[in-house]
Amino acid sequence: MSAEQQLDLTAIREKLQGASGPQYWRSLEAVAETPEFLEFLHREFPANASEWNDPVGRRGFLKLMSASLALAGVSACTVQPDEFIVPYVRQPEEIIPGKPLFFATAMSLGGVATGLLVESHEGRPTKIEGNPDHPVNLGATDLYAQASILTLYDPDRSTTITELGQIRTWSAFIAAMRGALSAQIATRGAGLRILTETVNSPVLAAQIQDVLQRHPEAKWIQWEPTTRDNARAGARQAFGEYVEPVYDFTRADVVLSLDADFLAAENAFGVKYARAFASRRRLDAAPDRMNRLYVVEATPSVTGGRADHRLPMKASQVEALARAVAAKLGVPGASGAAVAGSEAFVDAVAADLAAHKGTSLVVAGEGQPAAVHALAHAMNDMLGNAGQTVSYLPTPEIVPSEQHAAMRQLVVDMEAGRVQSLLILGESNPVFTAPADWKFGEALQKVAWRAHSGLFHDETAEQCQWHVPATHYLETWSDARSIDGTVSIVQPLIQPMYGGKSCHEVAATLGERAERSGYDVVRDYYMAVMPAAMDATAGSSAAGFEKQWRRWLHDGFITGSAASPRTVALSPSWNSTPAAGAGTSGVEVVFKRDSSIYDGRFANNGWLQELPKPVTKLTWDTAALVAPGTADRLGVRNGDLVRLTVEGRTLEAPVWIDPGHAQDTFTIGLGYGRSRAGRVGSGVGVNGYALRGSASPWFAPAEVAKAGGSYTLVSTQDHWSIEGRNLVRSARLEEYKENPGFAHEMEHMKLSEGLTLYPKWEYSGYVWGMAIDLNTCTGCNACVVACQSENNIPVVGKDQVANGREMHWLRIDRYYAGDIDSPDTYYQPMPCQQCENAPCEVVCPVAATVHSAEGLNDMVYNRCVGTRYCSNNCPWKVRRFNFTLYQDWETPQFKMQRNPDVTVRSRGIMEKCTYCVQRINAARIQAKREDREIRDGDVVTACESACPSQAITFGNVADPNSRVARLKADQRNYAMLGELNTRPRTTYLAAVRNPNAALPTNPTVGGHHGESHDAASSESEH
Amino acid sequence: MAQNSQQSAVTLEHPVLGAGQDYETITEAVSQIPLSKRTPFGWVLGFLIGLAGLGALQLAIGYLLLKGVYIWGNNVPVGWAFDIINFVWWIGIGHAGTLISAILLLFKQQWRMSISRFAEAMTIFAVACAALFPLLHTGRPWLAAYWLFPYPNTMGLWPQFRSPLIWDVFAVSTYATVSVIFWIVGLIPDLATMRDRATSKVKQGVFGILSLGWRGSARHWHRYEVASLILAGLSTPLVLSVHSVVSFDFAVSVIPGWHATIFPPYFVAGAIYSGFGMVLTLAIPIRSAYKLEHLITMRHIDNMAKVMLATGLIVAYGYGMEAFFGWYSANQYERFMLWNRMTGPYAWSYWLLIFINAGLIHVLWFKRVRHNLKIMFALSLIVNLAMWLERFVIIVTSLHRDFVVSSWDMYSPTRWDFMMFGGTMGLFLTLFFLFMRFVPMIAIFEVKTLLPEAKVHASHGHGAHGHGH
Repeated sequence: MSAEQQLDLTAIREKLQGASGPQYWRSLEAVAETPEFLEFLHREFPANASEWNDPVGRRGFLKLMSASLALAGVSACTVQPDEFIVPYVRQPEEIIPGKPLFFATAMSLGGVATGLLVESHEGRPTKIEGNPDHPVNLGATDLYAQASILTLYDPDRSTTITELGQIRTWSAFIAAMRGALSAQIATRGAGLRILTETVNSPVLAAQIQDVLQRHPEAKWIQWEPTTRDNARAGARQAFGEYVEPVYDFTRADVVLSLDADFLAAENAFGVKYARAFASRRRLDAAPDRMNRLYVVEATPSVTGGRADHRLPMKASQVEALARAVAAKLGVPGASGAAVAGSEAFVDAVAADLAAHKGTSLVVAGEGQPAAVHALAHAMNDMLGNAGQTVSYLPTPEIVPSEQHAAMRQLVVDMEAGRVQSLLILGESNPVFTAPADWKFGEALQKVAWRAHSGLFHDETAEQCQWHVPATHYLETWSDARSIDGTVSIVQPLIQPMYGGKSCHEVAATLGERAERSGYDVVRDYYMAVMPAAMDATAGSSAAGFEKQWRRWLHDGFITGSAASPRTVALSPSWNSTPAAGAGTSGVEVVFKRDSSIYDGRFANNGWLQELPKPVTKLTWDTAALVAPGTADRLGVRNGDLVRLTVEGRTLEAPVWIDPGHAQDTFTIGLGYGRSRAGRVGSGVGVNGYALRGSASPWFAPAEVAKAGGSYTLVSTQDHWSIEGRNLVRSARLEEYKENPGFAHEMEHMKLSEGLTLYPKWEYSGYVWGMAIDLNTCTGCNACVVACQSENNIPVVGKDQVANGREMHWLRIDRYYAGDIDSPDTYYQPMPCQQCENAPCEVVCPVAATVHSAEGLNDMVYNRCVGTRYCSNNCPWKVRRFNFTLYQDWETPQFKMQRNPDVTVRSRGIMEKCTYCVQRINAARIQAKREDREIRDGDVVTACESACPSQAITFGNVADPNSRVARLKADQRNYAMLGELNTRPRTTYLAAVRNPNAALPTNPTVGGHHGESHDAASSESEH
Repeated sequence: MAQNSQQSAVTLEHPVLGAGQDYETITEAVSQIPLSKRTPFGWVLGFLIGLAGLGALQLAIGYLLLKGVYIWGNNVPVGWAFDIINFVWWIGIGHAGTLISAILLLFKQQWRMSISRFAEAMTIFAVACAALFPLLHTGRPWLAAYWLFPYPNTMGLWPQFRSPLIWDVFAVSTYATVSVIFWIVGLIPDLATMRDRATSKVKQGVFGILSLGWRGSARHWHRYEVASLILAGLSTPLVLSVHSVVSFDFAVSVIPGWHATIFPPYFVAGAIYSGFGMVLTLAIPIRSAYKLEHLITMRHIDNMAKVMLATGLIVAYGYGMEAFFGWYSANQYERFMLWNRMTGPYAWSYWLLIFINAGLIHVLWFKRVRHNLKIMFALSLIVNLAMWLERFVIIVTSLHRDFVVSSWDMYSPTRWDFMMFGGTMGLFLTLFFLFMRFVPMIAIFEVKTLLPEAKVHASHGHGAHGHGH
C-alpha cells in the first residue's frame, strides 16, 4: 500500500510525544493523518451522516452501499455455501413454505423483560407479537419491541471484532481477555471492572457473580442512563430494603400520579399498566367502575393525556405538593403547605383519596427524588392500599443497586488509575450517556485495557481498544426476568447475522471456561438450578429436564417463576430526608427518556426516528419543549434556538411549544445528537446528555437565553385545536350516565339510507369492521410501529415528513381542548375508515381501489397509476402516496425483514390501511381447511394485536356476538363525519372523562358549544 | 356566407375591416407572412424564447420521469396543485378559439372571421399544453397513458366509468380531435392560396399536399360549407361540455370548496373569459407587428373586451354565489372553507382574485379603456393571472384544510413546478411562432367575404372565392 510506504515513523513519534492530555488512536495512519486515512475516515459512515438528513442523498448513498453490504452482511444466512448441498427431500417437520412459524422469546429493556412471540418466515424473523400467555404483557407489546426487528437487520450494526480498528479473531479477543485477567490475579481483581446495563438475566448475573467470586476485589457496575435509582432509594428509605412497588390499577378507583408516566411505553411497565388502567375506563358494563386519575407533572405525557385532572407544575415543586397531600391525608410525620395555586387541587385530591381507602393509589415518578417515592409509599400505607392496589415485589433486576453512586465510584476509580481492565457490555453507551460533569470518556482513557461489546460501534466502542459485536436478542440464547419476577428463556430466531457474540459468550471469557456457546451457558445454568425451577411432575432426570426445557421454550416463560409479594412495613424513618422546599424559583430543565428512541439506543432505527412522538407529534428530532406562556415571555416561536445553561454547561436547542407544559420549564428528550449511531441516527437532533449533570439528572435549575437563529422542527400535526368539530366526542361521566347516547346527539344531521344514487352493497359473508375506544387509547404509538412492521411501510426521512409525505397507514391524531395552559388531550387512532360508500372508489379512473365482497376498500397496487384523486377525495386523508421510490429495494438485510404476505410498493402508487387483509386471508384459509367459519378473534390486525390497552377491536360485524359487533352496539359508538354518508366501517367509542366536581374542568369536545370554548386554537405552522 | 343583413356592421364607427381593402390587398397582407423569405428579427427572438421554454419543459419532464412527482410540492392533503391548476388553466384558455370559430359562426358574427384562424390555433396549442398535465401528474404516466382508455385487454378490465377523470379523458380527447379537424378543414382554401402563390418548389409541394387538391370549384365550396357547418355544430356543445366535465373533477368530490353545483356554468364562463384574455394577449402584438390593423381592427378588440366583461361578470357572480352557498348551507365545513379562503394563509390569492375578477374588470365598461391597446394588453395578462389564481384557490385552498384537522398542511411549489409551468408556455410559444411563420394566420377567404365586392355576388349563394389572384 502506498499509504503505508508514505508513513513517516519519526513524525508519528514526534506527534505522539507532542500530544498532551488523553488521546486515543486506532492505527499509525490515524496518528500520521495521512490523506488516505482521512479519506478512510471520511468514507466511514459518520462522515456521511449529513447525507442521511437529506433522503435523496441517503437513498443514493444506500444504493451505492448496497453492493458492498450484500457482500459484507448476510453471507451467513442467505448465500449458499460453496460445498455441495442438498435441498429439502423431506420437508422439515413444521415448516410449510409460505406459512410462518411463531417462536416465544423475550426482549429486555430497562431491566425488564417483555414476553414475545416472533413470526418467522422460512427462518427469517419478520414481525414481533406479544406472547398472549405471558403473565405480564398478556399479548400486548410496546413500540420498542415492535421496532426491535428493524434493529436486528440494521446494516449499520458492527460486524467484526476489532482491536484499534484492526479486524481480530474471537480467539484473539479471548487471549487478550485472559491476558488482562491474569494481570489481575495478583491484586485479586482490584483493577477489574465490569460495566453492564441493568441485568435482569439470572444467567448473566450468575456468570458475573462467579467472576466476582474469583476476583473478590473486582467490581460490577450496572448503568442505565435513566436509572430507577430514585425509586430504589425511596423504597429503601420507606421499607429498609429494595423492593419494586407493583400497582394493580384494576382495583384502584382513584389514582394520583406524582410526575409518574406509568402508561407510557418508555416506562418499563407501561404495557402492563396500560392494560390494567384501561379495564377501569371501559364503560360498557358498569360505568361506576370508571376510575379517576389525577396527574401532577411538568411535561405533558401520555399519562397526563389520560388524566381527569392534570396540574402542570415544575418538577421541583412536586415534592412540596406530595407533602401537602400527605399532610392533608394525615400521614403521620408529614407536613407542608401546598404550593401557591395548587391548594384547591391538593384539597380535592386528598379528599378523594381519603374517601377511597384501600382502593386508591399514589404513584411516584422515576424522575422524582427518593423523598417523593417515600411519601408515596407512606400515603399508600396510610390509605391501606398496600396489599390491595399495590404490592411489593423483589426488583426485576437480579442485583438491585443505586447505579448512579456505583457509576460515580467507577469514574473516581478510573481517574485515580485504579482500574486497569474494563469490560463494557450492552447498549448503555456510557461515553455518550454518563452525566456530562463526570467526563466519563476522559476518565476511560486512563484505563489500560478497555473492551466493549454492543450491537453498534458506538461512541463508547470508539473509545475502547477492543470491540466485540454483540448479538441482537433475536440471535441470542439468554433469559430475562419480567416485572413480576417471571423468567423467560430467550431463544434465538436466527443465526447471528453479523457473527456477533452474546453477552453470555463474552462474559464466559472472564470465567473458567472461556469459550462456551450461549446455549450451553444458559442450559447448564438451568440444569443446575433445575430442581428449584421445575414442576414436581417432571422428575429430575435429564429427560425430565429436556421435557421441561422444551415446555419453557414453547411457552416463552417458566411457569411459576413469578416472585411472591414481600410483606414490608413502613420504616419509622421513612421521612428522614429534609423537605426540599417549594422548588426552583427560576427556570428549570427536565430531562426525559425520549418517547421514540428511548435513551438513544434506538437512534439508528428509522421506524422510531420517524414515529411522531405521542404528545408533540415531532419526528426526527428532539426539542426544548416549553409552555406557550413561557415561550411568549421569552419571545420565541417553534424552532427558534434557545441557549440553556446548567451548572456552566450549555446547550443550544430549538424550542417547541407544548400546551399544558409547566411554566418556566424546558423539557429535553435524551438520546439525540449522537455522533456514532449509524447512518440513520448520527447527527440527528441535539444532545441533552451534554447538559445533564450528575447532581440533578432528572431536573435542574437552569438559565435560558434566546440564542438567535432557528432550526426546522418537523411535526406531523401542526394544528392544535379540533376547531369545534365533532371528530372526537366526549362527555363527563355524569353526562354519560344521564345520556349514554350523547355521541349521537352531536351528529350534525340525521341521514336516511336512500341518500345515495348507487345501490346498497349486499353482503352474504363476513362484514369486517373495527371499533376504537377513545376512552382507553393512550396514544402510546405501539400500533403505529406494529402497522409499519406488518405492512412493509417505508421510512421517508425528515424533509419528506416536513412536506407532509409521511407514509404511516395508521396515525394517531392528537387534539387539545380547553385552556391552552392546561388543556385536555384527546388521541384518535386513524386507520382507513373502509367506507361503505367510499369516496375514493368512485373517483379512481382505473378502478385500482375497489370494494371487496366483504366490504373492504381493497387497494390494487399493480393497477394504480397514481392520480392521487382518491387521496384528495378522502375526508380522513388516510391514503399515502409513494411520491418517489421510498422503499429501500437494494439493502439485502431489509429485504429479509419484510413481510412476504404484503406487497412492497413501488414509486408512483397510492397505498393505505387494508385492515391487514393478509391476516384475514390467512385466517380464511385456515378456517376452510378446518371446514368452519372464521371465528371471532381469528383475525387480529397488527394494530389490535399490539395495543396495550385493547382500545382497538376488529372482527365480523355481521356476527352479532362478535366483540366488534357488541362494541358497535354500544351507545358511545359513533361514525366520524357521519353526515357525509360514507358509512365508515371504522367507528369510535366516544371518550368519557370522570372529573371531580370540586375542581374546574375543560369543556368537553364534539358538541356544538365546543366552538366558542376553544382557546387552544392557535397554529403552530412553521 | 356573406349576408346582406350584416351590412349595418360595416357602417359602424369601427368596421370589422379597414378601409381601402380589396381581394388583392387582403391576400397579399396575409399570405406574404408565411411566404416571405425574410424572417423578421422579432420572430426569431420570440421563437428562441419559446425554444428555451421548450427546453426547460423537456428538462422538467425528464427529471420528473426519473424521480417521480416527488420533485413537485404536492403532498397529502394537497394531492393536486400546479399540475391540475395548469391543466384547467390551459384547457380554459382553449375555449375562446372554439367559441369564436363555432358558436360565433352559427350566430353569424362577421367579426369573428379575422381572428378565428389564430384563435383556433391557440386552442389546439393550449389543449396540447393542457394534455401534458393529466398524464404527467400521475405517479406512473407510462401506464396512465393507456390504462385510462377503454380498450379490450387481457386483464379483462375496464376503466372506472364513474370517475370524472375518465370523463375528462373522453371530453378532452374529443375536444382535441374536433378542434384539430375543424382547424385543418378551415385551412384548406387558404393552403391552396399559399400553394398558388408560393414560388419555391418546396413550398409549392408542401402546401400542395396539405391543400388536398383544392381547386376552388363550386362543388368544393359546397362540400366545404357543409363540412364547416357540421364541425361547428359538433364543436358548439364542446364549448360547454369540456369545461363542465373538467369542473366535475371537483364538483363530484366530497371536499368542501369542490363539492358545488355551481361549478359547470361557472367554469365555462371562466374558460371563455380567460380564453378571450389570451386571444387579446396574442392579437394585440400580432396586429401591430405584422401591420394587420386593417384586418384585426379596433372593433375586434372592442368586441372581445365586451365578451370578457360579460363572462367576467358571470364569474364574479359565481364567486358571490359560492360565498352565499357557503354561508347559507349552514354547513360547518363549508363555512370554514370560505372563512379559510378569506382569512387563511392563502387569503392573498383569494383577495387578489376577487380584486381582479370582480373589481378591476369593471374598467371594461369604459370605451376609452377598451380602445386603449396598452391597457387592454396589460389587462389581458392580468385576467389570465387571475384565472390561474382562481384554480389555485379552488384546488389548493380547499385541499389544504379539509375535514380532519390533524391532516391540515401547507403547500408550497418547488422550482420544478414553476419550470414545468413555464415550460408549457415555452411549448405554446414555440408552436404559435411556427404557426405564425408557416401558416396564414388569418382566414383570407373568409375575410374577403366582408368586402363590398363579395356582396355583389351574394345571389350566387356563397362567399367570394378570391384566392389565386
